[in-house]
Amino acid sequence: MPGICVVATVPDAAAIPSSLELVGGARALDASHGAGVSAVLMGTGPGLREATDELHRHGVATVYRCAHPLLTSGQVDAFLLATEQVLRAATPQVVLIRADTVGRELAPRLAVRLGAALVTECVELAAENGAIVARRQTYGGRALATLVVTRRPAVLSVKPHSLEVPEPAPVPGRVEDVAVSIDADTLPARVCEVLREEAEVGLDDAQVVVSGGRGVGGPEGFALLKELAAVLGGAVGASRPPADEGWVPISWQIGQTGKTVRPALYIAVAISGATQHVAGMSGSRTIVAINRDPNAPIFSVAHLGIVGDYRAIVPPLVARIKELKGP
Amino acid sequence: MDIIVCLKQVVDPELPQTEFAIEPATGRQVREGRPLVISTYDENALEVALQLKDRGGGKVTVLTLGPQAVISDAFRLALAMGADEMVVVDDPRGPDRLGGEKAAILAAAIRRIGRFDLVLTGCESADWTERVVAPVLAEALSAACVTFVSRVEAADGTLMVRRMADEGFHRVEVRLPAVLSVASDESNRPRLPKLKDILAAKRKPVHVWPVADMPAAPGDLAAGVEVREVVIPQRTTRCEFLEGESAEQAAALAQRLRDLKLL
Ligand SMILES: Cc1cc2nc3c(=O)[nH]c(=O)nc-3n(C[C@H](O)[C@H](O)[C@H](O)COP(=O)(O)OP(=O)(O)OC[C@H]3O[C@@H](n4cnc5c(N)ncnc54)[C@H](O)[C@@H]3O)c2cc1C
Ligand SMILES: Nc1ncnc2c1ncn2[C@@H]1O[C@H](COP(=O)(O)O)[C@@H](O)[C@H]1O
Repeated sequence: MPGICVVATVPDAAAIPSSLELVGGARALDASHGAGVSAVLMGTGPGLREATDELHRHGVATVYRCAHPLLTSGQVDAFLLATEQVLRAATPQVVLIRADTVGRELAPRLAVRLGAALVTECVELAAENGAIVARRQTYGGRALATLVVTRRPAVLSVKPHSLEVPEPAPVPGRVEDVAVSIDADTLPARVCEVLREEAEVGLDDAQVVVSGGRGVGGPEGFALLKELAAVLGGAVGASRPPADEGWVPISWQIGQTGKTVRPALYIAVAISGATQHVAGMSGSRTIVAINRDPNAPIFSVAHLGIVGDYRAIVPPLVARIKELKGP
Repeated sequence: MDIIVCLKQVVDPELPQTEFAIEPATGRQVREGRPLVISTYDENALEVALQLKDRGGGKVTVLTLGPQAVISDAFRLALAMGADEMVVVDDPRGPDRLGGEKAAILAAAIRRIGRFDLVLTGCESADWTERVVAPVLAEALSAACVTFVSRVEAADGTLMVRRMADEGFHRVEVRLPAVLSVASDESNRPRLPKLKDILAAKRKPVHVWPVADMPAAPGDLAAGVEVREVVIPQRTTRCEFLEGESAEQAAALAQRLRDLKLL
């Protein structure tokens, strides 16, 4: 079946909204192709059924569903086998993959196996006279490149949180259960253990993110930021130096190499605002910067700025917020 | 263990914005007059390779695809850090080749180098951040693949690696041969060479192979993908500064957050 196929690598139903970002992109491309949107849905457990319904509800006509206990927790080799098997039979024109932990390995390897054109880490997709126009950041977020993809099939990976989850648009859906045989002993790379570093509020879904940089000075400073995040009901993030130094878990890193976040409120504390950091947070609705250097580049992306030492500002800020929120 | 580390030379990615320019006609970054360095995470990849060699012996070869003319101090640094040999695939277009194209050329060079147990790359190049080279190399070389690896331990014919993941870390057991891409971590900070290492580096072998000698690999992933333009987005400053003493600034911010219905 020609058309546009999204790859949903979901170990559990909780991950489905993130795959829906791709469905929005697929629908946008499909409007001009008119060939229908399909999905490869891979995972294990009862969440698969719910995920199938969600995909149909958002306009995915055909769901190729693969259930297997190894389709879980970063087992890229297993996802690769299953996706390859489905796509060789389904032969879509365009494959969209979310560039998350699994997708960023899956997309290039799949492209090689399918002999497909490849563009990774797209942030915008559009159709134009039968070609796909993809935008991606380059040079650490300093520039935006536009690429035109004319070859088919094409595998495109999409940077997480860059496309909106679309409005529902239910279609009468079809499910094709695909039996995949995967033997754990033959996988060249096998996940033995998943070490979770979730904070109380996860960065991915947080509406408020309080993020600290090198200027925070050490783990003690982050304790102060945690207090601020707590009164705001938000999560704590960081620029690269605190993660590299081991002051905070590496999964807290925001930016080009780390996570992309788009909360309602982002507070950058003692972060200079290098483009590689800004690449991961510039989509936030309101950006507040606290920095003692009035010329720090972070102020060119911030809406509200405070020039000063964060150690003198955060404690009275926490106190004042508590007062305003009342008991 | 014999290890090949792919190093890309890039314009120093942490130069101020004023030093950053794009040639409008070609979309290429202006490199002339800018300091060139080894792409950020490639140095971490080299450090991982050197630590494996320190512990278990073997040979570390560094490989780059780029114009030989400017291959300079940055790569001498790699030899001074402890790499044994260097291979330069001489290609004026090297830094601008994208996607599978660059990976296909690197794969051909790796086949010509011959023996390897492990290939390491950075997790992303500092300029194009495509994150494609390691996975494409793995496919081309029929090797195992794990990306965004921060730690590697050799264990009896296999490797145990730590991969950065959305939810934390994965511990992954990998068969050899393997291609890994490396992310930074406190355990793989690049070492600083001593003066004697810098002198010794001058005597280490450097092989220069013209790109034309690399056999074109099948399935060129770059065909059918054109770069139309590369633009520097204009940022308009819109920041409103909250003035006063610290306590006043804090109170003003709290009030603004309340007005914005963020409290
Ligand atoms: C390929 C590549 C990928 C990268 N990926 C990422 C990424 O994913 N995420 C990321 O963040 N970076 C990334 N970087 C690094 C990036 O270029 C910057 O080096 C980094 O973001 C700087 O972090 P920082 O702002 O915390 O530190 P600095 O630039 O050192 O800034 C510290 C700031 O703190 C301020 N300050 C100091 N003390 C105080 C105080 N007491 N009160 C208030 N302010 C104070 C200073 O004025 C300064 O502005 C990447 C770089 C490369 C080359
Ligand atoms: N021209 C090149 N020469 C050598 N290695 C490269 C080159 N381009 C990319 N690489 C390697 O591949 C990694 C990932 O690059 P990329 O796929 O562009 O994000 C880099 O960190 C390097 O290790």
